[in-house]
Amino acid sequence: MTDPLPWLVVLPLAWASVAFLLGPGRGAVLAAFGVALQCALAFELAARVQAAGALRYAVGGWGSPLGIDWYVDGLAVLMLGLTQVVALPLLLYARSYFGHAGAAGRYFWPLAGFLIGGMNALFVSADLFNLYVTLEIVGLAAVGLVAAGGGAAQLAAALRYLFATLLGSGAFLLGVALIYGACGTVSIELLGPLLAGEAPRAVYVAVVLMSVGLFLKTALFPFHYWLPPAHGGAAVPVSALLSALVIKASFYLLLRLWLDIFAPLVQPLAWLPAVLGSAAILWGSWQAVRAEHLKLLVAWSTVAQIGYLFLAFPLLATQAAALDAVVFQTVSHALAKAAMFAATGVVIHVTGNDTVAGVAGVAQRLPLTLFAFALAGVTLMGLPPSGGFLAKWLLIDAALAEGAWPLVLVVLLGGLLAAWYVFRVLRQAFLLAPPTEVAVRAPRLMEWSALLLAAASVALGVRGIELARLIAPVGAS
Amino acid sequence: MSTGMLFALVGALLFTMGAAGVALPGAPLRRIVAFNVMGSGALLVLVGLAQRGGGVDPVPQAMVLTGIVVAVAATALALALARRLGAPGARAASGDDD
Amino acid sequence: MRRGAVGVAALLFAGVLIGALLGLPAPGAGLPPLVTAQMGNSGVTHPVTAVLLNFRGYDTLLEVAVLLVALLGLLAVQRSERAVAPGAAVEPVLQTLARRAAPLMVVVGVYLLWAGASRPGGAFQAAAVLAAGAVLAHLARLLPAWSAPRAWLRTGITGGFLVFLAVAVALLGGGALLQYPPAHAGLLILLIEAGLTVSLALLLAGLFLFLSEEGTRR
Repeated sequence: MTDPLPWLVVLPLAWASVAFLLGPGRGAVLAAFGVALQCALAFELAARVQAAGALRYAVGGWGSPLGIDWYVDGLAVLMLGLTQVVALPLLLYARSYFGHAGAAGRYFWPLAGFLIGGMNALFVSADLFNLYVTLEIVGLAAVGLVAAGGGAAQLAAALRYLFATLLGSGAFLLGVALIYGACGTVSIELLGPLLAGEAPRAVYVAVVLMSVGLFLKTALFPFHYWLPPAHGGAAVPVSALLSALVIKASFYLLLRLWLDIFAPLVQPLAWLPAVLGSAAILWGSWQAVRAEHLKLLVAWSTVAQIGYLFLAFPLLATQAAALDAVVFQTVSHALAKAAMFAATGVVIHVTGNDTVAGVAGVAQRLPLTLFAFALAGVTLMGLPPSGGFLAKWLLIDAALAEGAWPLVLVVLLGGLLAAWYVFRVLRQAFLLAPPTEVAVRAPRLMEWSALLLAAASVALGVRGIELARLIAPVGAS
Repeated sequence: MSTGMLFALVGALLFTMGAAGVALPGAPLRRIVAFNVMGSGALLVLVGLAQRGGGVDPVPQAMVLTGIVVAVAATALALALARRLGAPGARAASGDDD
Repeated sequence: MRRGAVGVAALLFAGVLIGALLGLPAPGAGLPPLVTAQMGNSGVTHPVTAVLLNFRGYDTLLEVAVLLVALLGLLAVQRSERAVAPGAAVEPVLQTLARRAAPLMVVVGVYLLWAGASRPGGAFQAAAVLAAGAVLAHLARLLPAWSAPRAWLRTGITGGFLVFLAVAVALLGGGALLQYPPAHAGLLILLIEAGLTVSLALLLAGLFLFLSEEGTRR
């Protein structure tokens, strides 16, 4: 078999272009086949990385510093696999969703293709300037998806998101410029030894600029202001893609840089992401508890769950389990949040009401969807045996070993708040329904893809050993 | 001071002014222009710093060309959004509170 | 209040940034020697074109994707029922000027495409001139605004990108993605640039003409 790596980048770009060529609203089947093939490619690549260790690939055959390199280790392959695996059911869901949504789906398929292609390119790139270009593909495609076919409120949310993402990538670009000026290269491989010694002050400025830019794109508190309106206002499959995957892309880049070339420079700053993450968990959960609208509740929950990703940063240098906790949280949140948005979409479609109060009676009308919502909630709360439980358990374990008890407190408090907002919806769902005039049927495909994602997020806790083995090369890098 | 460094310093000032303009609330068109000032500033730092020694480095020159095209794309998308927001019937909810 | 806070932060940041720039050590040799050493294998003679289309050609591939994404986003927020009709007012001076300028702009565009191999120029510059010609014709009301893209327009817009992707994939057989064999690099780069010139011209013109309400009827 040929090398799967270049195809993971080329294939989504190709089917995205062809979907546009076919015309507005077309390309759903093509996209599903494309992503299914990408799933197989990602698994093949994972097997290769597991067998032979991290791979390096010189695009154009030049090699760094003249050319652009790809670098694929366990972490990168995990993100590649996660993205294709979450995207596949969401695209099937979207096919059903946009079947009756008209204008909003006209350019969904090509934009989704470029979004996935941009993320795949981001996961494998080992060149800072190339990473900037991939960030822009992902950012602009995400904004286009949020805005598609929307009314004034949705367009305003998209514009606000666009300014946030442009400010973030602008800061990243200036950081790249400073690093090129100071070191004469943008290859991550070559920058490693250059930044390990005595770095000029401009490099420190660059590290701060790039980190803040990525905080902004990941919507870490207090840079989360753009997320709730954008994720709460977009079409449901878009919200799911954005909340589950897109913010993880910029987070992955931040994690990669902090673990690798920035590691010697950011050591004294490692507590900062944890403090901001704690604030994100408490503030985001509290807003989710108070939210009137169902999609806003799920979007605020994303703000909170992002916080967990950053809690482990002060522990990364000393505790091996901390990285496992970050990875488990990334994967379990991606699956659970995709499931929760998908289930929410079914509820809104059937009840025609997007408020939390409107959920009443859903327990009788949509038992399958409510079950999916509850399973996803189990992961977000961190109850055993879910993937979220495993992530939080590892995090608490690492924090206790380090004596960082405030982190333990935040994790426990965040879990309680998550239980509060999840049970708010569940309790409402079991109330008796007001009599309905028209019975809208729930599309089967939408219900089952939500359930599949939710079940996967719980099963992750049971089958965690396999995943830990997949990311084993991470610790070695 | 070399010409390259002078370019870089001007670029740093442009970036700062532009970033402040994007971060501050205001009319979308003003913020879009500010974004372009910011982007030009970052690109000026990129070419300026690389030419401190006097010679021309083609690598950042090519990167800047890429950066300009990316800025054109982002500007077009921003203008499309701002224009649709400004269109009749869309004005109601376009208050800029961020 | 907020204005003041952002202003103070900007001033502080500018101070730190300028201090850091002035504190940079003298630059090393950097990449120019590497570029010069490999120029013979690049297929072109202009160093910036060599970096743009060969050494870092993958950046350029993704950059075309960025432009496509922006156009898709623009189309996605467009009203679907946009009807386009030619404008009423005629501006004779502007129209005459545009008619005279159009052929010249095509010539300049083709020249820029050809010149890119050896001196400043290339597909993006050529496409920008051609797109500017289309915008000029539109402003002179010789060319109506575009509504939803027809099949021929969609083909034209994505064609250059698909040719670029196809070449990149075809070169996989010889080693890596986008790894040009030195003997054929010049020809392949010209093929990609020619495709990109047409597509980017339509794309850049589209960014203006799809957005324009000039001569449209609602």
